[in-house]
Amino acid sequence: MNVNSIEKGIVIDHVTAGMGSSILNYLDIDTKVNTVAFIMNATSRKHGRKDLIKIENVTDIDLTALGLLAPEATVNIIENGAIVRKVKLSLPQRVVNVIRCKNPRCVTSVETGIPHIFHLVDEAAQEYRCEYCDEIISMKGKTDNELIHRKR
Amino acid sequence: MLKGKSLLEPMDFTVDELESIFALADRIIASPADYMHKCEGKLLATLFYEPSTRTRFSFEAAMLRLGGQVIGFSEPNSSSVAKGESIADTTRTVACYCDIAVMRHPKEGAPRVAANSTSMPVINAGDGGHQHPTQTLTDLLTIRRKKGYIGDMTVGLCGDLKFGRTVHSLIKALSRYEGIKFVLISPDELKIPDYVRKGVLIKNNIPFVEVTDIKEALGGLDVLYMTRVQRERFFNEEDYIRLKDCYILDAEKMKLAKEDMMVLHPLPRVNEIAVEVDDDPRALYFEQAKNGMYVRMALIMSLLGIEG
Repeated sequence: MNVNSIEKGIVIDHVTAGMGSSILNYLDIDTKVNTVAFIMNATSRKHGRKDLIKIENVTDIDLTALGLLAPEATVNIIENGAIVRKVKLSLPQRVVNVIRCKNPRCVTSVETGIPHIFHLVDEAAQEYRCEYCDEIISMKGKTDNELIHRKR
Repeated sequence: MLKGKSLLEPMDFTVDELESIFALADRIIASPADYMHKCEGKLLATLFYEPSTRTRFSFEAAMLRLGGQVIGFSEPNSSSVAKGESIADTTRTVACYCDIAVMRHPKEGAPRVAANSTSMPVINAGDGGHQHPTQTLTDLLTIRRKKGYIGDMTVGLCGDLKFGRTVHSLIKALSRYEGIKFVLISPDELKIPDYVRKGVLIKNNIPFVEVTDIKEALGGLDVLYMTRVQRERFFNEEDYIRLKDCYILDAEKMKLAKEDMMVLHPLPRVNEIAVEVDDDPRALYFEQAKNGMYVRMALIMSLLGIEG
């Protein structure tokens, strides 16, 4: 399957197959204005299968949040049809307002207007700890959209 | 220097800072009359979003015995909380009137939200099934007064280790002392949460075993910390009924324990310790409750920066 290259924008490559829709949901790109190509389950020499996202005319995205959702992904920033910057993502030490605590006893389930903060506790297991209740959640293979705050 | 700090979980204070609180508590116990005017002109707010007898009375008694005053609510329906006010707004407002606040809340992390919204010291008096650091101060002071120091002991924790916030706080606090081993006695459904097992015990290489039979564990313990299975932490009544009486410490079982084992309990006790054990000199839970008031006096003075 071929998708045309873009003149200006961003390419998020090597996304674990199945995670692409969660990322698109989180990024909340306005598709009335921007052109988006989303390829699911493409063949990958590195990983066997992968998702890939191309977004035209957008170069400013939240790399911290993206690192959490797709630490294995590569982000290519495109200008004038060429890659001007390549970013290898990694798990952020601290994330704010990207994931929500699943513990029903956590104060974040009732108190509005407070930031949802998580700290990385185990890189290999991709585990994060809620700053308020200490609940540990693993981001490994996480495709649950409920964990992701929508911007809109 | 503890002045202006909040106490949200045991690790907020260093071991030296804890030691300074225990030393002050010892001085207060030795001569309470010397401290009866220390907090004159100071106001403590008690923000209790969840029922409490012991902890609230203990804090109120502590402040009153220091010569200070207390205002607050003991259930949220009698305050603006019933109108839907946020924790942050309630705390900001209370900080306009008071010097220090104590909060108990059913939601985990609520005292952190309160502390983040003000520069007034906030003390966590229990947040859901999460932490109860002033109970831990009480537990540690009781051990320290009995043993002379904290360390070199096998501590058995028995009952609801999953939702038992006093257990989580005590394990965290004891993890910084030398020579501590844990025996965790609970049914499979009420084992300690991962953030304690992995985040405290495994991370710090602290020896621990998890067992289900209290009789098997009793003989090796220096401290037995009994806990109540708490009805209010269960979403499912059936689970509560099935598990509530899973451990009962009685005189017969006490025969298996060491002569100098300490029996502690954060109270209130329901069925998990038979009344007959109360007369055993190893039962320290009522002494522990009394120590709770003294250590809270020391804590309030320390956070207000009052010399003692």
